[in-house]
Amino acid sequence: MEAINWHGFFFLFFAIVACAFAMAVVVADNIVRMACYLVVSLGAVAGLYFLAQAEFLGAVQLMVYVGGTMVLLVFGVMLTARGPLASMRTGGGQWIMAAIAGGALLAMLLQAAFSVSDWAAPKTIQEQAAVEGSPSARLGLGLMGVRVDQLEQPNLMLRRGMSGHLLAFEIISVHLVVVLVGAAYLARAKRRLDHKQAKDDQRP
Amino acid sequence: MNLLAQPVGLPHYLVVSAILFVCGVVCMATKRNMLGVLMGIELVLNGANLNFVAFGSPMLRAGPSDGLGLDGQLIALFVIVLAAAEAAVALAIALNFYHTHATVDVDRGEELKG
Repeated sequence: MEAINWHGFFFLFFAIVACAFAMAVVVADNIVRMACYLVVSLGAVAGLYFLAQAEFLGAVQLMVYVGGTMVLLVFGVMLTARGPLASMRTGGGQWIMAAIAGGALLAMLLQAAFSVSDWAAPKTIQEQAAVEGSPSARLGLGLMGVRVDQLEQPNLMLRRGMSGHLLAFEIISVHLVVVLVGAAYLARAKRRLDHKQAKDDQRP
Repeated sequence: MNLLAQPVGLPHYLVVSAILFVCGVVCMATKRNMLGVLMGIELVLNGANLNFVAFGSPMLRAGPSDGLGLDGQLIALFVIVLAAAEAAVALAIALNFYHTHATVDVDRGEELKG
């Protein structure tokens, strides 16, 4: 009896939870239940991030996805659902087609995952992969244009391309502002205004 | 094959992300509710993100200079932000569609083309 690898145990736990609830999202008919299953699945994916030593990303996943995007989705469900159990059935033919396409895609992806021998086993012992300082600090420096993990890159041509992600950071900031302004503009309640105008027009 | 005793490698993460991705694709293809399609998109983005994190993880790479390094986590961060922005815009469009058509069934949006 070998000792239980606790890393493997927790990986298996989170992986099974994530996959099972993702499948439940697909199978579920009720949109509110789908949202609840999706929350659990995304939380389990955050656990997988923690296990892959991406602690900052796991925290961001929990805060932005589970805390922000899902609240947005649940509010969308509540604003658009007619009745508490709004369900829309899908035809059997569509299910069969989707199952065939999805199964083919899954088979191809699994075959690709196991086909590259370099990926098969980690050659570095896991204990040796020590924590290289706080991940959030390294990520922040990377966003600001300093790649602390690539300072020793011997190839000059490669080093030139590793100057960080400041441009992408700026683009994504502006993109976020534009998108949020656009979303607020699109979703504003203009119907009441139309009613008022129609009433005003009817009045002589 | 004892899964509990052997170390977790890159293929384990790839399998999980492949399952998430396919679930998202099937969800996008079969749901008639617009918000269900959105949830499928979230699943697809999470599957892709898991791949980025796994390839950039210092624990799973083969050698000291292999893998994506910090790039994996940075790109995953960008994907999370883009997913949040996409969810906001798509929800605004869904609300607008619901205001004009009183439904979120994607099959009823035929006049949106063109």
